[in-house]
Amino acid sequence: MEIVFLTFILVLSIFLGFELISKVPATLHTPLMSGANAISGITLAGAFLAAGMVDNAMGTWLGAAAVTFATINVVGGYLVTDRMLGMFKSKSEGGK
Amino acid sequence: MSIEMIANLAYVVSAILFIFGLKMLGSPATARRGNLLSSLGMLIAVVAGLTAEGIVSYEYIIGGIIVGSIIGALAARLVAMTSMPEMVALFNGSGGAASLLVGWATLYTGDVSTFTAVTILLAILIGGMTFTGSLIAYGKLSETINSAAVVFTGQQIVNSLILIGILVSGYMFAINPVADSQWLYIMLGLAMVFGVMAVIPIGGADMPVVISLLNSYSGLAACAAGFAINNNILIVAGSLVGAAGIILTNIMCKAMNRSLANVLFSGFGAVKQGKAIEGEVKPISVEDAYYLFEAASNVCFVPGYGMAVAQAQHVVKELGQILEANGAEVSYAIHPVAGRMPGHMNVLLAEADVPYEQLVEMDDINPRIENVDIAVVIGANDVVNPSAREDEDSPIYGMPIINVDKARTVFVLKRSMASGFSGVDNPLFFGENTRMLFGDAKESISGVISEFG
Repeated sequence: MEIVFLTFILVLSIFLGFELISKVPATLHTPLMSGANAISGITLAGAFLAAGMVDNAMGTWLGAAAVTFATINVVGGYLVTDRMLGMFKSKSEGGK
Repeated sequence: MSIEMIANLAYVVSAILFIFGLKMLGSPATARRGNLLSSLGMLIAVVAGLTAEGIVSYEYIIGGIIVGSIIGALAARLVAMTSMPEMVALFNGSGGAASLLVGWATLYTGDVSTFTAVTILLAILIGGMTFTGSLIAYGKLSETINSAAVVFTGQQIVNSLILIGILVSGYMFAINPVADSQWLYIMLGLAMVFGVMAVIPIGGADMPVVISLLNSYSGLAACAAGFAINNNILIVAGSLVGAAGIILTNIMCKAMNRSLANVLFSGFGAVKQGKAIEGEVKPISVEDAYYLFEAASNVCFVPGYGMAVAQAQHVVKELGQILEANGAEVSYAIHPVAGRMPGHMNVLLAEADVPYEQLVEMDDINPRIENVDIAVVIGANDVVNPSAREDEDSPIYGMPIINVDKARTVFVLKRSMASGFSGVDNPLFFGENTRMLFGDAKESISGVISEFG
C-alpha cells in the first residue's frame, strides 16, 4: 500500500507542478529555474538520517557528504535567486 | 501526538509554502516574496527532518550544514551576473550529488526491499547523471572546456552499451541489494559516464535546453531519493521541480523549433548549408550611427550571447536612457533562447537596472516591428536570421525569430563577419536596410554615447 500511496503523491505533485508553472513570463525564466533548483535541495531533509547514524562509518560519511552538497544547493540556490530578483525593478520603483 | 506525526504535518506546511512560492515566482512583482516563502518552507522541512527517529549524532550533520552554507553563500554572493548560467549548473549538480548520496547511504540503514532497491538505483542513476552532466555543462558554459558539440563515430553505439550496462548492473544489484555489491559500484560509475556522454554532444547555443533539463533531473533525483527513504516532502518538492524543469525545457525547444530528441542527439554540427547569400555588407561608422540614433523615435535593442561576452549590458542601458531622454521609445526584445540559459538576457539587463516593463518578448515585438526606426542587434545572430523564415533549405528553417529585418533600419554590432553558432550564414547582414557596426559592442556603444555627450 505504501508504494501506491507514494506514487499517488508523485502523480498529483507532477500535475500540480505543470499547472503552477505553465504561465511564467520569459523575464522570470532564470529566477524560476534557480528558485526551483533550490527546492530540489530538499534532499537535505532526507540526508540527516544517514548522517546521524553512528553504527556504520561509511553510511555516516555518505550522509555527511549528502548534507554538505544539499546545503550548498539550498543556501546557494535561494541566495542567488534572491540576488537576481532584487535586481528586477519596475519603472515606478526607478533605477539607480 | 508523536514527533513523527508533527514532522509530517510540518512537511505539509512546507509543501504548501513551496507551491505558493513557485506560483508567486510567476510574476515580477511578487517573485521575490515567493522565493522567500519557498525558503521558509525549506527551513520548516529541514527542522522537521532533524527530528527524524534514529538520528543519534548531530556532529556530522552540523558539520555538513556549516561547510555547505559557507560554500553556497560565498558562491551566491561572489558570482558575477554574467557567470550565472554556470553557477546554476553547479548548484544543479550539487543537488544531484546529494540525491545520489542519500540513495547510496540508505543501503547502510539496514535490509532493503526490492522496491526500495529499485528506487535507490534510480536515485543513483538520475543523481549521478545530473552531477556529471552539470559539471560538463559548467565546463562548457565557463569555456574551461570546448563549448562546441562533441560528436564522434560510434557515439550512439557507445551510449547504447552504457545503457545496457546500466540495465544489467541495475538488475544484478536489485536481486541482491547489499551495500558492498560490486554491481552498485559499476552502476555508479556508468551513471556518471552516462551524464558526461549525454551533455558532450550538445553545443553552446543549445545550453538553455540542457540547463533546464538538468534542473528537471535534479528534481526527479530528489523524488527518487524520497521513494528510497519513504519521505513525502522529497517526493512532492522533487516532482514540482521536475515538472518546472520539463516545462522550461519544452519552452526552449519550441523556441528553436526542434524536438528534445533532436537537441539531445543530433549534435547540430555538420549541417548542410542553405542558399548561398549574395549581396554587399554596408558598414557604418560610430558617427553616422549617432546621427541615425539622434533622429530615431523608436529604438529596439535585440541582445544575444555576444552582449554577455562583451559585458555590454550597462552601456546598452545607458544608451537606452539617453535615447529616451531624446524622446525616443526604447524597448529590449528578447528571444526565449538568447544567451546560454532561459531568461539569461533578462537577468543581465535587470542587473543594469533596465525596468522589466521595457523587456518585451518576441511575440509582442514582431507585430509592431515595422514601426521600429532602429533595431540594434547586439551579439545576437541565429535568433534574428531571416533564413529561418524564408529559406526552406536552411538548417534553422522554422525557428521563430525576431523579425528585425522588417524594421526601418537595422544596426548589427559584431566583431567580424563570422557566422553564428549554428554555422549558418545570415542574410540579415546583407539586407538593404542593414548597417554593420563592426568592433567590440561595448566600445561601439560607448562611442555613440560619447557622441551624444
